[in-house]
Amino acid sequence: MSIAEHPLSKYLRTELMPHIWCSGCGNGIILNAFIRALDDLQIDLNKIVVVSGIGCIGRIAGYLKLDSFHTTHGRPIAVATGIKLANPQLEVVVISGDGDLFAIGGNHFIHAARRNISIKVICANNFNYGMTGGQSGPTTPPKAVTTTTPYGNIEYPFNLVHLASAAGATYVARWTTFHVGRLIASIKKMLLRRGFSFIEVVSQCPEMYGRYNKMRSALEMMEWFKRASVVADFSDPARAEITSDRIVVGEFVDAEKPTYEELLYANIAQTTIKRT
Amino acid sequence: MGRAEVCILKDLCKGCGLCIHYCPRNVLEWSDEINVMGVHPPKVVNKKECTLCNFCSLICPDLAIFIKEKLDAR
Ligand SMILES: Cc1ncc(C[n+]2csc(CCOP(=O)(O)OP(=O)(O)O)c2C)c(N)n1
Ligand SMILES: [Mg+2]
Repeated sequence: MSIAEHPLSKYLRTELMPHIWCSGCGNGIILNAFIRALDDLQIDLNKIVVVSGIGCIGRIAGYLKLDSFHTTHGRPIAVATGIKLANPQLEVVVISGDGDLFAIGGNHFIHAARRNISIKVICANNFNYGMTGGQSGPTTPPKAVTTTTPYGNIEYPFNLVHLASAAGATYVARWTTFHVGRLIASIKKMLLRRGFSFIEVVSQCPEMYGRYNKMRSALEMMEWFKRASVVADFSDPARAEITSDRIVVGEFVDAEKPTYEELLYANIAQTTIKRT
Repeated sequence: MGRAEVCILKDLCKGCGLCIHYCPRNVLEWSDEINVMGVHPPKVVNKKECTLCNFCSLICPDLAIFIKEKLDAR
């Protein structure tokens, strides 16, 4: 049997399968969940664009059989903003990593959220820079051992859901790769709504993160997600912690507010009338 | 039961074992064969127990397993 027989193969560039991700990598589960959401909603593949940055998860843009851009490191939201403003009819989704979106690309993220532009962002948070060898980054938990923090991380991490909601995102959720069903439901909800939307997916990186932190396989990382997760929908995202004993997941924000592209096009219409 | 057909795309499997571990009915087990990836893909050992919950297929990072419902088997 080949991948062509998989019921979701029409969403994949099957010639690129198997993908490069390691055994048990959470990125594969995110790809799996994303194409299921597309399939459940029967999204018109000519009306959606996926943009990714650089990193292991960045490969997802290439694996999807739809219009996609694999942009430079940290810049997927900038490119997505351009696409959305040039053609607001398109559904624009950014799927990228914790390093890409919150280290080098941190400013793009907060300002896109502040403007409430309708870009749908999915962040694969694997607590490290997987692709370049497991360096620590803005979401690495305190004391975690990585290749650049061999004596334990001394930095405080960003709480991504708190950051997103404080910056103005109108939809904010966090799930782990163990919560696939809820993740698919959340992606569907995000695809159907307007405004800046953000889903953090806490994801396992057994090779570059887990094995330095007493979780020697994908399964052990998944067992952590299963054991520690608490669903707390619409609780205060400021208190949505990620620790070895507690991972707060759920939907934190779901609000309505005029979007940047609506206001921009209204503005253009107004000034055009005035001039003539 | 026995309505399910568990399809395994053996050569896509990277052997993480998530499907085997998280199947609520222990339908899957490690096989003895070695695939092109050099790992043991799962095999179906308890087909009748499958309730089509689809969890194996949802958590497979390699899209290497899916369930078909056999409509004629009812
Ligand atoms: C401008 C620039 N700086 C640095 C790099 C090196 N680099 C490639 S991927 C990456 C980090 C990726 O981490 P993340 O976004 O978390 O993705 P992951 O690999 O963990 O999925 C870095 C720093 C680069 N490619 N370009
Ligand atoms: Mg990362």
